Amino acid sequence: MSEVTMDAKITLEQLNVHFGTNHAVKDVTMTMATNSVSAIIGPSGCGKSTVLRSINRMHDLTPSARVSGAILLDGENIYCKECDPVTMRRRVGMVFQKPNPFPAMSIYDNVVAGYKLNGRARRSEMDGIVEQSLQRVSLWDEVKDRLHVNAMQLSGGQQQRLCIARTIAVCPEVILMDEPCSALDPISTLKVEELIDELKEKYTIVIVTHNMQQAARVSDTTAFFYLGELIEMGDTKKIFTNPEKKQTEDYITGRFG
Amino acid sequence: MIFLPPRWNIKRGLNGDFVFKGMTVLFAFSILGILLLMTVAMYRQSLPSLAKTGWSFITAKEWDPVEGNFGALPYIHGSLLSSLLSLALATPLSIATALFITEVTNRRLGSMIAALVELLAAIPSVIYGLWGILVMAPWLQRTVEPFLNDHFGSLPFFSGAPYGVSMLAAVLILMIMIVPIITSITKEVLLAVPDSQREAAIALGATRWEMIRMAVLPYGRSGILGAVILGLGRAIGETMAVTMVIGNTPKISWSLLDPGYTMPSVIANEFAEASSDLHAAALMEIGLILLVITLVINIMARLLLWSVTRTAGGKA
Amino acid sequence: MMTAILRRKMTNGLMMLAMLAATVTVLVPLGLIFFYILKMGFSSINLDLFTQIPKPPGEVGGGMANGIIGSGLLIGVASLIGLPLGIFGAVYLSEYGTSRISTMIRFSADVLSGVPSIITGMVVYGLVVVPMKGFSALAGSLALALIMIPIVLRTTEEQLKMVPMTLREASLALGVPLWRTTLKVTLKSALKGIVTGVLLAVARVAGETAPLLFTALGNMFWSHKLNEPIAALPLQIFNFAISPYDDWHRLAWGGALVLVTLMFSLSLLARWFGRAR
Repeated sequence: MSEVTMDAKITLEQLNVHFGTNHAVKDVTMTMATNSVSAIIGPSGCGKSTVLRSINRMHDLTPSARVSGAILLDGENIYCKECDPVTMRRRVGMVFQKPNPFPAMSIYDNVVAGYKLNGRARRSEMDGIVEQSLQRVSLWDEVKDRLHVNAMQLSGGQQQRLCIARTIAVCPEVILMDEPCSALDPISTLKVEELIDELKEKYTIVIVTHNMQQAARVSDTTAFFYLGELIEMGDTKKIFTNPEKKQTEDYITGRFG
Repeated sequence: MIFLPPRWNIKRGLNGDFVFKGMTVLFAFSILGILLLMTVAMYRQSLPSLAKTGWSFITAKEWDPVEGNFGALPYIHGSLLSSLLSLALATPLSIATALFITEVTNRRLGSMIAALVELLAAIPSVIYGLWGILVMAPWLQRTVEPFLNDHFGSLPFFSGAPYGVSMLAAVLILMIMIVPIITSITKEVLLAVPDSQREAAIALGATRWEMIRMAVLPYGRSGILGAVILGLGRAIGETMAVTMVIGNTPKISWSLLDPGYTMPSVIANEFAEASSDLHAAALMEIGLILLVITLVINIMARLLLWSVTRTAGGKA
Repeated sequence: MMTAILRRKMTNGLMMLAMLAATVTVLVPLGLIFFYILKMGFSSINLDLFTQIPKPPGEVGGGMANGIIGSGLLIGVASLIGLPLGIFGAVYLSEYGTSRISTMIRFSADVLSGVPSIITGMVVYGLVVVPMKGFSALAGSLALALIMIPIVLRTTEEQLKMVPMTLREASLALGVPLWRTTLKVTLKSALKGIVTGVLLAVARVAGETAPLLFTALGNMFWSHKLNEPIAALPLQIFNFAISPYDDWHRLAWGGALVLVTLMFSLSLLARWFGRAR
């Protein structure tokens, strides 16, 4: 464990999230290591997505949400007063449950949508970024001849990979994935899982999934949440073969839900 | 008995059903009938004028019922100028207000502003006209128009004496009247933009404005276009308020300070006292042109709006 | 990098400010119009307004009683014609129609509601006033009814669509014929929503002026006959507002206050009905 904490990329300290009167996340403290894949699992409504979304302050959009505690990104609290969520989010990208490309844009424009925000970029520079990002999500060969067609013409799986390409085009350090495969067919799911494995060389990845096999396949560490609380976190192999807590074991073996 | 949806209509052998259904069919189809009837009635009653003047009706500048000269260009000019200018002013205001309601303020303040905007939309046209002619026009005459004339009088748009009742007054009153319409429909369109689009932009590190520009506006663009076109339709067909403030002078002028005239206004002013059958028919023909324009505009706007709000489950 | 962020944030701030400014700009005329209606209206209103008919031009005094009554009559007759058409037309759309025909009718209704109301007046002039050889209250009512129909049709249909299918099935399963089910179950359970729509439609036509110009025409005197020209409140406001007489301007403001009060009571009532569901 000490090894993990040493190169901690993200640390949650006593994180609490309220929606109105609903206490959705309770006193969560956990750490995600640099260049690792951390999976968050748990039954529906256990607060796993809420935890994930607090790591890039997506709750800022929800008026009723209240976040307390601290989330350290490279040792700095992203919830501090002077801290700017806009700059922070460029370091912490996010991929959502349902593919959400911008429907009014071409494939090309979707990839550079985030990149273009920071001022005028040269065409050649953007061409390079589009190719690189699409290569990385292995979409390049499928779409290189039709970069300027509307993004909605892609299949669901391709759209999701496009969204990942859009996320990595801004060179984040962390990628948050909120059940990225739940809307995809098995083949697309497999492709995205392979992709996650490749991406972890460069990025720190946190993935929420309700699919335990997926967590077991892609992650290095796994955290189990239940009713807004972190029940157990540890090495994925250990969690799935020899969990410490009874609740974890019951969930893993499918004895409750 | 097994329930079957009504359109299978298995024989229940009841006359009540037959009669009732027949009645609803008749009533529902009367909508189509009314639309058709309107077009045909307007066309038939403008026939004398159509036959006499032909296409020159819309290009001739002379309108003299006594001499029997009927040229509609001054009215077409006035209608297009007043509605397009008011639309140009109202569009950015409306979109910005709708964005403020849906994307910037919190839900409570937003729905309060939305309710006020709806209130503005419910005020009858004649009351806008009353306020326009007794409050706004004198104010324009005293302060705004002299100012424009002093400082920008060299431009053709602001030349001439300040009358108060003028094209400027018509443009402003129209703007005030169509802003609530465009705003409330745009608001519905924006509410139909899924949050996943906003999240996508925010997660890329967009500011709120960048989110609006990148995700919200492009997603809603055809619906917003529909709202704007609908506003244009309203502006072109608006009668009472414009008639009361525009000055009703059939002269083609590009100056906003000059009085003008619009198609609905000339109908409102002259139709009940048309001096001859040809005069009445000429007014009918203006009405026919107006009807065709507004039909085209409304069909376009509704098609655009339906394509957005129906798929998103909203209504406009 | 830092400057880019700063520039973006400034753009963001400016845009937020611009949107706020636009919203204020939109609401200012509303405030002004209400201020004047209340200020001028209350100082003009007196008992005569509700009991007297207008005095001849230039004379001081008089009221708009005939206009208020006339508007009531016009709206009443318009409702008698327009409401059944709108409501039962909506029943067809939601209960019987095939989707293509319903869509077509729905679309026509939307387009119809965008036709300038002055055109409606001209059409009714051609179809009623000319054959009857004279302006009449009936023609005015018909013009208002034509404006009501698409509004009532669309709002009623929305309400009927919200009635759960199971309710209809329950009634049909008891052996109640479809038409009675529609009347007693479907329409009845959507009643509050339908009333809301009807009130809004009435509020809308209560202020209509243009379609009355060459149908009801207006009348300086009392009239309650359907085949004669009749006074209407919006028409009187129009005629008084464009007149050169101060005392008629006063009456116009008073009438405006009455009209606006009426319309807002109607829409408040409509809201209340909508809430009470």
